[in-house]
Amino acid sequence: MADKKIQSTTGLMGWIDARFPLTSNIKNHLTEYYAPKNFNFWYFFGSLAMLVLVMQIATGIFLTMHYKPDAEQAFASVEYIMRDVFGGNIIRYMHSTGASMFFIVVYLHMFRGVIYGSYRNPRELLWLFGVAIFLCLMGEAFFGYLLPWGQMSYWGAQVIVNLFSAIPFIGPDLSEWLRGDYLVSDATLNRFFAFHVIALPLVLLGLVAAHLIALHEVGSNNPDGVEIKAKKDKKTGIPLDGIPFHPYYTVKDMVGVVVFLIVFAVIICFAPEMGGYFLEANNFVPANPMVTPAHIAPVWYFTPYYSILRAVPPVMNSQFPGVAAMGLSVMVFALLPWLDRSPVKSIRYRGTLYKKWLALFLVSFFVLGYLGTVPTNVWGQLGDWSNGIAIIDTKERATWVARIFTAIYFAFFILMPWYTAKDKTLAVPERVTY
Amino acid sequence: MADNKMDKNDALSFSAPNSVDQDKRNFLITATACTGAIGAAVAAVPFVGSMLPSERAKAAGAPVQVDISKIEPGSMITAEWRGKPVWIINRTDEMIADLARHDDKLSDPNSDVVSQQPSYCKNADRSIKPNLAVIVGICTHLGCSPTTKMQAGGDMGESWTGGFFCPCHGSKFDLAGRVFKGSPAPINLVVPPHQYLNDTTLLIGVDAKAEA
Amino acid sequence: MKTNNILKNCLLSLAFLPLIAFANETAIGVTAPIDATDYASLQRGARTFVNSCLNCHSANYMRYNRLKDIGLTEQQIKDNLLFAGEKVGDTMKVAMNPKDAKKWFGVAPPDLSVEVRARGADWVYAYLRGFYRDETSSTGWGNCVFDPQTCKVAMPHVLYELQGEQVMNHETHQLELVKPGKLSPSEYNAFVGDLTNYMAFMAEPAKQQRKHLGIWVLLFLGVLLVLTIKLKKEYWKDIK
Repeated sequence: MADKKIQSTTGLMGWIDARFPLTSNIKNHLTEYYAPKNFNFWYFFGSLAMLVLVMQIATGIFLTMHYKPDAEQAFASVEYIMRDVFGGNIIRYMHSTGASMFFIVVYLHMFRGVIYGSYRNPRELLWLFGVAIFLCLMGEAFFGYLLPWGQMSYWGAQVIVNLFSAIPFIGPDLSEWLRGDYLVSDATLNRFFAFHVIALPLVLLGLVAAHLIALHEVGSNNPDGVEIKAKKDKKTGIPLDGIPFHPYYTVKDMVGVVVFLIVFAVIICFAPEMGGYFLEANNFVPANPMVTPAHIAPVWYFTPYYSILRAVPPVMNSQFPGVAAMGLSVMVFALLPWLDRSPVKSIRYRGTLYKKWLALFLVSFFVLGYLGTVPTNVWGQLGDWSNGIAIIDTKERATWVARIFTAIYFAFFILMPWYTAKDKTLAVPERVTY
Repeated sequence: MADNKMDKNDALSFSAPNSVDQDKRNFLITATACTGAIGAAVAAVPFVGSMLPSERAKAAGAPVQVDISKIEPGSMITAEWRGKPVWIINRTDEMIADLARHDDKLSDPNSDVVSQQPSYCKNADRSIKPNLAVIVGICTHLGCSPTTKMQAGGDMGESWTGGFFCPCHGSKFDLAGRVFKGSPAPINLVVPPHQYLNDTTLLIGVDAKAEA
Repeated sequence: MKTNNILKNCLLSLAFLPLIAFANETAIGVTAPIDATDYASLQRGARTFVNSCLNCHSANYMRYNRLKDIGLTEQQIKDNLLFAGEKVGDTMKVAMNPKDAKKWFGVAPPDLSVEVRARGADWVYAYLRGFYRDETSSTGWGNCVFDPQTCKVAMPHVLYELQGEQVMNHETHQLELVKPGKLSPSEYNAFVGDLTNYMAFMAEPAKQQRKHLGIWVLLFLGVLLVLTIKLKKEYWKDIK
């Protein structure tokens, strides 16, 4: 592994290699980094997440040249970008669409990790870096969403910052400190801008680097969950089921990139609002601290957690349990490596018990996600019968559905040690299937 | 997964291509790279273009109309065009006569540098109407705005016949904006595109249609 | 795995995108006659907007010279649409002081630059047709499109000379025209239809350009897709 290589390059590369390990880095991470040959389409989303990150940074830099983080000017400066700046509308739509696409790609990437057991030994730390990236991304999206300074920006930030005031003892002071004012204001906008454009992107880049270093240390998992390093060529030490990342996966990922760009271009050019899911109609009304829109909801990628927040009833007049449940619903992903007791990694060799639980989890994630976009009275009232037994004060059907699916959401994690151990698994082959 | 054979042999999973394949590969790589490069270049257009003056900047830099009926002979007014001071100097006949007398002290008496004035102002007094000079009041050295020294003599010395003095590095210009030898400014002051809409109205920022 | 399968899977997985894209707007009941390619309609709407709306509402993000995108020349804009002293590069400002406006109407009339993006074109179209006589309101007019609960609106019916007067039939909850205006109902609908069409254009002037651009981008990406698939297949011959 750590053998000192004798310098074999000449010319310019030789000059560089004597001073910087360029050739050896290219070898270690591209031409002699061996990835399993049986990757399927799920394995596109890691490189696509990198692509979106780069695009968000590039478009973000150019938006920063025109955007004004000032409560008086922010909304106008966004319209200025959309109308007066050459190419400004393309750049802005790339950034707003990129935000949603980032979450789509990352959710699919995470789901891949779940179904193929990519979080299992020896990839626990790789998974933890990933969860940290996800948290950071949520912060990045939240701070960025305030910047257009529309009604949804404003009231979304107001609600989320107020969640912190539910934390016992320090809550009210904490949310005031976060806002820097008694309500969301210019001071809040200014600091959210700082978090969005510099603080979190720096953390994000560091975490992505750590994620990649960890990946290349332990090597990629694959749809069979077989460790390719277990069977190596005796002479060269190359895994028998491994192929060089470059050129084989670079050319393959390029196909994924182009398909992604097609979807991306269709959205930007033909449906940048995505029916109000990517750009909300209410956000074309400037922020007004005096008037709350009739219905406010977070952007779609936050709605499952928002549903959980609303589903958990207050205990002794404190909203804290709901806030804690919401926080936990995101953090709990970090525990997966230690909750899963199955002898196999990949869903291909798991039994039906696990598959049923996973299906339940997916359904609850989507239902909660949908319910988070609509008012709690969307499905009407339950009627009088609940009055007699109601320990909890609501009669709305949607709230009860959200409660049931919240329970399933958490049961997927809490019961995982039990059902993964009990599950009847299939025999795992020695080598990958291709 | 029935058609997937289980690989039990001990060979590596990849092998070098034959030479026919290699040629095809090189062709495909070139074609993809060229297409991709074209795409990247086009994709860069909105980004590079976003740094050009915006519609707002263009609107703010639109031509400005100036009422010139109230400039006394021998005095000047300053208009603003694209954020820059533009001097409109009503030169007396004596001042115009003086302009021709110090050509030997000037770096570029005939205004040969093309970029410093529109072609219709490349003449002895650098103007459309001899008595009215229209000059951008920004020193061609490092962008300071020169101070007006309209009066002859005074602190500028005996031979001074009126002009402009840059406080930053001491460049001197005459009343046609021509730079005196020995000044750090390399070329004469710039004459902006301008036209007279009528006897009392000057339009700075755009040439007369016939000239354009 | 074959590239075809990969692609199929990939497209399938992205196919759920449109599923979440269904519009979640409340039913308005009418569909605005929006046609971004009908320059005559857009130009009529622009004239109405400048003559009627711009007295109280601003469109602070819209520059007059952007009207070149709907087929007007700079000279036509200058001659027909600009107020005295305005330049063709100016934005559509309102002469009324917002503080005065607030005193007169109770609320400052909102800027209308992106109104259609906030409310939807159908809403604007229905709103402009929805005024009726309501003696209990301070302006003498009600509008149930603006506020379905109270039917109160701070804006008076500026176009009533054209539409005439409607009243609310409280049994059928329908509006009935009791005093005809200068325009017939269908002429009035076409008139506010033009106005809505213009306001939809104004809300995003570059909409047509981005759609045209999209076609070229997709054609290009289609070529690139073919090339990358061929390249991938060629290399993956090596994999056993």
